[in-house]
Parts: sequence; C-alpha cells; structure tokens
Amino acid sequence: MKDSYSYSYSSKAAYFFLAPAVIAIFIFFFIPVISAFIMSFTDFDIYALGNFDTVRFIGLRNYVQLFEDPLFWQSLQNTAYYVVLATPLSITVSLGAAILLNSKLIKYIGFFRLSYFIPYITTLVAVAIVWRFIYHPKFGILNYFLGLFGVNPIDWLGDPNLAMPAIVLMSVWKTFGYNMIIFLAGLQNIPEDLYEAASLEGANEWQKFKAITIPMLAPTTLFVSIITIVSYFQLFAEPYIMTQGGPLNKTLSIVGYMYQEGFRWWNMGYSASISFVLFFIIMVVTILQFKLQKNRLA
Amino acid sequence: MKKLFLYIFLAVTSIITLIPFIWMISASFMPDGKASVYPPVFIPTEFVLDQYLNLLTRLSVARSFLNSILLSTLVTFFSLFFNSMAGYAFAKYRFSGKSKLFNLLLVNMIVPSQVTMLPLFLILKSVGLINTYFAILVTGLANIFGIFLIRQHCMAIPDSLIEAARMDGATDFQIYRKVILPLAVPVLVTLGIITFLGTWNDFLWPLIALTDDSMYTLPVALSSLMLEHTKDPELMMAGSVITIIPVIIVFLVLQRYYIKGIMMGSVKE
Repeated sequence: MKDSYSYSYSSKAAYFFLAPAVIAIFIFFFIPVISAFIMSFTDFDIYALGNFDTVRFIGLRNYVQLFEDPLFWQSLQNTAYYVVLATPLSITVSLGAAILLNSKLIKYIGFFRLSYFIPYITTLVAVAIVWRFIYHPKFGILNYFLGLFGVNPIDWLGDPNLAMPAIVLMSVWKTFGYNMIIFLAGLQNIPEDLYEAASLEGANEWQKFKAITIPMLAPTTLFVSIITIVSYFQLFAEPYIMTQGGPLNKTLSIVGYMYQEGFRWWNMGYSASISFVLFFIIMVVTILQFKLQKNRLA
Repeated sequence: MKKLFLYIFLAVTSIITLIPFIWMISASFMPDGKASVYPPVFIPTEFVLDQYLNLLTRLSVARSFLNSILLSTLVTFFSLFFNSMAGYAFAKYRFSGKSKLFNLLLVNMIVPSQVTMLPLFLILKSVGLINTYFAILVTGLANIFGIFLIRQHCMAIPDSLIEAARMDGATDFQIYRKVILPLAVPVLVTLGIITFLGTWNDFLWPLIALTDDSMYTLPVALSSLMLEHTKDPELMMAGSVITIIPVIIVFLVLQRYYIKGIMMGSVKE
C-alpha cells in the first residue's frame, strides 16, 4: 500500500514515536556491541575493573591466544557436538509429532498438542533442575524405567561420554514442541488435492510422504533448522545447572566459557573475543540460510 | 485398528512428555528424603507442605517471586509501549532516513545478546545500576522483533481511518492512542505474552546483573539454591513448581495468541 501524501509533512511526529525505542536500543544494544568489539582487542582484566587506565590495546592477541587455548577448543567442540546431535534429533521428533497431529483420523488434537508443547514454555532453569534429579544414578526415574527393561543403572551426568548426550536428550524434550508448531503450519499449507491425486495413482503413505510432504516442507525445514542451530549454539543454562561444565569439561559450552572467563575471572577482554567468535558462527549460519533460500527461489 | 494404535501412541508419548512434571509436582509434596527412594514413588504416601513453607519463609523465595512478577510486568509494559510507537511510525509515516534506520535495525537482529553483556555490565556498574531492577529493565525496553511484528500489523490498518481522525482534529498521539492501539490489541497481546514469559524465564543476564539474593529473580534464586541443596530433591522440586506454575497458567489462558506469535515468525529466546 502506498503512503498517502498527507503524512509526509508530519515527520516530527514520527521521530517522537521512534525516539524512546531507538534511543533505548542505541544505548543498551548498539553501544555495547561496538564496545565489546573494541574490548576484544584489549587486555581488559580484573585490574582494569578498578582503574580503566590500565587497559591497553593488544591488537589481535586475544584471538591468537584463543586459537592456542585448549579449553576454548574444547568448548567449541562440545558445543558443535551438541548442535550436531540435537538438531537432527529435534527436527525428526518435531516433524514426526506434527505429522501425527495433522492426521485426519484423530480427535482431541488440542490436548496432545498442548502436552507436547508445554515443555517449551516452561522455565529452563527449573526443568534443568528437575532433569538433574531424573538423571540421578540411584534414585532417578530414567534409570528406574530403563531398569524395568533390564538395563543396569547409568551415571548419566557423571560419565564424560554420556553427559552431553544426556543434555541433548533434555534439550530435545524441551524444545521440540516449538518446531512442531511451525511444521504443523507448514503441513496445513500443503494442498490436499496433491495427496488425493497421488492416492488415485495408487501411491502408498510412505511414497506420498517422500514425494509430496518432504519436498513441500523443504522451505519450512530449512527455516526450522536454522533457528534451531542458532539457538542451540547459545547453550548455557543446561550445563550450568546440570553439570557445571563437567565432567572433565565435556559439557563446557562457548557461552559457558565466555561467562567463566568474563564474570568469574574477570578476563573481560578475552571473554569479549569469545563472544565475537559466537557472533561470527551465528552470522555464518544465518548468511548460509539467506543463500540457500535465494537458490531455492532462483 | 489403525486409529486405536494412533491414539495409544499419542497417549503414551504425551505421558512420557509430561512425566517430568508429574514427578516434580509429586516430589514437591513429600517430606525430606522421601523422593530419594528406590523404586521412585509417583504419589506421595505422606502429603506435606513443608518444602513450600520452608522456601517461602526461611529461604527468600517469596521475595524472588515478587521480583520476577514485578520485572516481567514492567518489561512487558514498557516494551509494548515503546515498540508499538516505533512500529506505528515505521508503518505509517514518511521521514528521512526511514529505510536506513529500518535496515540498521534489521541487520542487528542476528547479533546474539551475549555479545552486549560484558560492556553493559561495565556501563551499568560505573553508574551504580548493577544489582537494581533498572539493570534488567533497560535490556527489555525495546526490541527489534517486537517493532517488526507491530509494524507488520499496522501496515494493514487502512490510511482512511487515520485520515478521518486527522480531519476531526486529532493530534498524532491521539491517533496512536485512540485509533491504532485499539486495532493493535491482538498483536499487543501476542507480543505481551512472549515478552512476559521471555523475561520470566531469562537466566544469563539476571545471573550477571543481579548480585544480591534479595534482588534475584526466580531462575537465579533456584540456581543458587541448587548449589547448597543438591541432595534435597523435595525442596528443589517445590522451587521448580513455584517457578513453572505461573508460566503455565499465563500460557494456558493466552495460548492462542502465543501460538500465533510463533507462526508470525519465531519467538526469539
């Protein structure tokens, strides 16, 4: 719709309406982002906290140090492992749930949808605490149920090889409902007559799924994958509550390491450089999405 | 047959999804030590309110609850006010620099909020605002996603309505308040519930910015409680119930609007 000419004179009013939000975003978002970028080239540490004069520019030294820091590589590797494990799992579960709920056969969809979705809106810290007890090796309900099938007790959060998979399981439980809602909307946009035509040709359910559902959902799947990856890269509260980054630093995440360096040891310059590595990763993922979407349209 | 199988599958998976909550609620009503038994108990044999009383009286969880309510409400109110004005301006006004400003905001949506936290901490510390409500409030005053959502909605409002109000002598602010806001109620409710729940559930920034336990929000209070009570599942479950129940109530009442928010382009957490 075209703006009507009569509003063009009232730009003063527009600035008045924009000012509160824009000033707030400028002071509490733009300036900190730029400051963080500058900080990442300084040796800002606990002494600088008392006296800003001790801060010196050290060029790229923080980034060079990151490159040689085994703990940083560990956190990067842990986070990547988490993302690689959790993303496909989350997408499979949420797509499966969406397809089930989209079935014409069943009633009470609202109830089932609600129970799948509830974990998503609940407070992450609170459910991480609940899951910490669920994973308890002796009294946890997970080992109890597995015990019914003859599985011996497992020390989920105490075993360096199992702690991250355990966090993945909890995260997928917590977030699949969100992706499910987006998939449901995508499924409802697929024209019904495509399926009817395929049925007339004698296609079975699996063939219809492969030939119609998967390709028609491709844009939705791409969108869901990207937002899932971006949010999973920001992993923090789950390990903070459930494992404190342990055992053997196997659940230390990028944001966890940034928090530890910045707000426990007050190496804020170094911490700022970690936050920019996170920013860089998220930027690359997002740009990749735009590229893929464009290719799709072209 | 196929239908029956489908129902059984849905029912079983729903129960599996909800079991953590069922166990949480039941353990929260048990006396000390009764949730640490094998095999686990799902219905308390002895039903007590000890854990809740302990949390609300001896440990300052009541205070944290009030902090959470107050902060979530304040952030929701201010961000709705600021975002709606800005969204309206972007939708219905022409002014110089409009598309530049808009694109600048758009580009910033990909910056993860963690990047801002170190300098923001230093800025607020230098003016003595760390460990105050203000430290939480300022990060939520306005957000880019909210401005876009409201702009989308306002673009669909016909110019003729605004024109007519102007003819009647309404000022710009009166038009915003009497014409635009009433028409934007659905999107304001959607954005309001997303903001409220987002602030309630937020963890990292409150963990950094609130340093005194009288200022803690519920998630921060829970995480600090967890350090001393790793062996008290009953107490920790009561804390989790107190934190989660308000969220579930708000969601159940307004779920239609929340789900719509997801459809309109991803809730940013």
